[in-house]
Amino acid sequence: MAAKLTVENVYKIFGNDPAGALERLANGQSKEEIFHETGQTVGVQDASFTVEEGQIFVVMGLSGSGKSTLVRMLNGLIKPSSGRILIDADDVASAAPDALRRIRREKIAMVFQHFALFPHRTIAENAAYGLKVKGVPAAERRRRALAALEQVGLTAWADSYPSDLSGGMQQRVGLARGLATDPQILLMDEPFGALDPLIRREMQDELVVLQKTLKKTIVFITHDLNEALLLGDRIAIMKDGRFVQVGTAQEIVSEPADDYVAAFVADIDRGRVFTAEDVCNDPAPVKLGESTAEDAMRAMEDLNRNALHVVDEKDKLVGVVTYQDLAAATLDNGAPDPVLEEVMITDYPTADAGQQLNELYGPASAGLPIAVTDGKDRLVGVVEPEAVFAQLSGEENGATPDAPAAPQTPQPAKQDKQEERAHV
Amino acid sequence: MFSPGDLLVIPFDDWINDFVRGWLVPNFRPAFRAAQVPITFVLGWLDDFFNMLPMLLTTGVFALAAWKWAGRGMAIFTLVGFAFIDMIGLWPQTMTTLAMIITSVLFCAVIGIPVGILAARSDTTWKVVRPILDIMQTIPSFVYLVPIVMLFGVGMAPGIIATIIFALPPIVRLTNLGIRNVRSDLVEAAQAFGSTGWQMLVDLQIPLAMRTIMAGLNQTLMLALSMVVIAALIGAGGLGLVVNTGLGRLDVGGATAGGVGIVILAIVLDRITQGLGEQNQTRTVSLREVLGNLIRFRGTRPVGDTEKAA
Repeated sequence: MAAKLTVENVYKIFGNDPAGALERLANGQSKEEIFHETGQTVGVQDASFTVEEGQIFVVMGLSGSGKSTLVRMLNGLIKPSSGRILIDADDVASAAPDALRRIRREKIAMVFQHFALFPHRTIAENAAYGLKVKGVPAAERRRRALAALEQVGLTAWADSYPSDLSGGMQQRVGLARGLATDPQILLMDEPFGALDPLIRREMQDELVVLQKTLKKTIVFITHDLNEALLLGDRIAIMKDGRFVQVGTAQEIVSEPADDYVAAFVADIDRGRVFTAEDVCNDPAPVKLGESTAEDAMRAMEDLNRNALHVVDEKDKLVGVVTYQDLAAATLDNGAPDPVLEEVMITDYPTADAGQQLNELYGPASAGLPIAVTDGKDRLVGVVEPEAVFAQLSGEENGATPDAPAAPQTPQPAKQDKQEERAHV
Repeated sequence: MFSPGDLLVIPFDDWINDFVRGWLVPNFRPAFRAAQVPITFVLGWLDDFFNMLPMLLTTGVFALAAWKWAGRGMAIFTLVGFAFIDMIGLWPQTMTTLAMIITSVLFCAVIGIPVGILAARSDTTWKVVRPILDIMQTIPSFVYLVPIVMLFGVGMAPGIIATIIFALPPIVRLTNLGIRNVRSDLVEAAQAFGSTGWQMLVDLQIPLAMRTIMAGLNQTLMLALSMVVIAALIGAGGLGLVVNTGLGRLDVGGATAGGVGIVILAIVLDRITQGLGEQNQTRTVSLREVLGNLIRFRGTRPVGDTEKAA
């Protein structure tokens, strides 16, 4: 995929002497030192990143970290002190006012934290604003605005005014306004920050669904790491105007770059970051008709597992056998080789590879390994319940030098196994 | 005791005299005379128009406007008040005053709103405009009556010009304030979608500042009314002349009659323009609507009648 947006070494200094502050930054002085000595505020320092077409790039940071400044530089609302911002081949940082206006009209739209809807315009007129600015005729404007409102489910409110709508609905209008001009890039500046938690979740899920069809290139700003991890294809963590870490959700959570990131990661809902795939083992099934109970028990001992899944001749998943049941059956029968089918449990938990761990709590609590299937009853992996809970509690972080040491489990053997899995 | 005056005496009054009499008047009198042509034209036309309209028709239209924008009580007050003015024999003078007021306010708006917009869009402009407005508001109007007479002569138009100087500051100030108070995130949003400065002004800033601008217009109107008596000193007619004549002759009754006429006109105009500015509190009225309402007397939506979402 091609890079849609490239940001190269962008700095923003607020104050009357940006050149002097840039020099001091180059000499290794910190943001605080520069502020004390010169009164210049460093907004963003040395930000570089690329966003691939169709990706969501999330910039996460606390207030004052420079994330809002950064996103405003991407469409030229704030002019960078130095550096380049390339959309396709156009440099926003050095564009003349006319060129900048053309880029804003054609290529890049923005969604704002406090919605920024025009109170004197109807919902449809608000959604059509970008088109009006471009000079699109009224009839087509309305048609396209209604189409955009349809995407966010607000067609019925087209002729109401923003004050008639709730916060969540207003932000949908903000999104529709951004989508109506069909921009290639959408900038979202803490779009869900002003919404209450339930609505926020709903909007996040909706954005994920919308993005599946829209495939926009999105730069999303947030102060909420959970939101960042949920939405971001790639995530940048920002602190004091610079990027502390850039990576995928899994990379950020499993390998925080420093204490600052680690402190954030400590609180997040890991169940929403990791999927069944991240914690699953090789399937190693036993086959009906081929393997005996003895084979199965030996395999379990070799693999250090309590249970194995059973497949039929066509590799179709049919059940699971546990070591305990096999051992009990062997003792009861006295017979050396009980039939697998007799002790097989057919009511076993399953999951999709892409399913998030927080959806696996229920299945995991059954105590049986969860079969990860490909949707056609074919086994692609096995998730041990312990692995789910270990991942959720962040135990594998113990391996990262900067993070606080995780409590050791009483079973070192299992701990090793999980280490192994985490890096599958 | 020593005072700076012992060291140096500045002939400030002579300087001003030299400046106005010696330079401004001889060099620019024709230019100033020409500048009052549009005022004379508008004023003459409006004066003729209002004095031509039958009294009952004018009263009816004002009562209707008061009813629409200021309520039924105000409509009744308008009917009674205007009838009273007619009965005390001051109807023609009242109409002349009305024409003067409207002319002054019109020119104040034409000058003041653009100046206010320019001041709002540039801090430098505002820094220049602000002290001028301060001077205009604090300097006693009698001070500029003399140079006005020297430059423009006596009559109705110079009276209007004095009124414009006196009544201009509020509309400039409130236009500036209204536009500066448009929420910065809305301005940012308009910018982010690639608006030009003009698009932003027309689509966003003026409509959202309209209530404040209307408040400024109302203030300007009230100041213009308070100037009619002073303007009559330099030859403007109307109710101000009635008051002045009464004053000169120690005719208490005549002066009071003129005063009552001014008060009634002031109340009616104030309430109608206030109502116009606040006709819809749930959202800000658009420029087009306000102009539309000013031009034709059509029904407006009452407060809160925006269709509520189900």
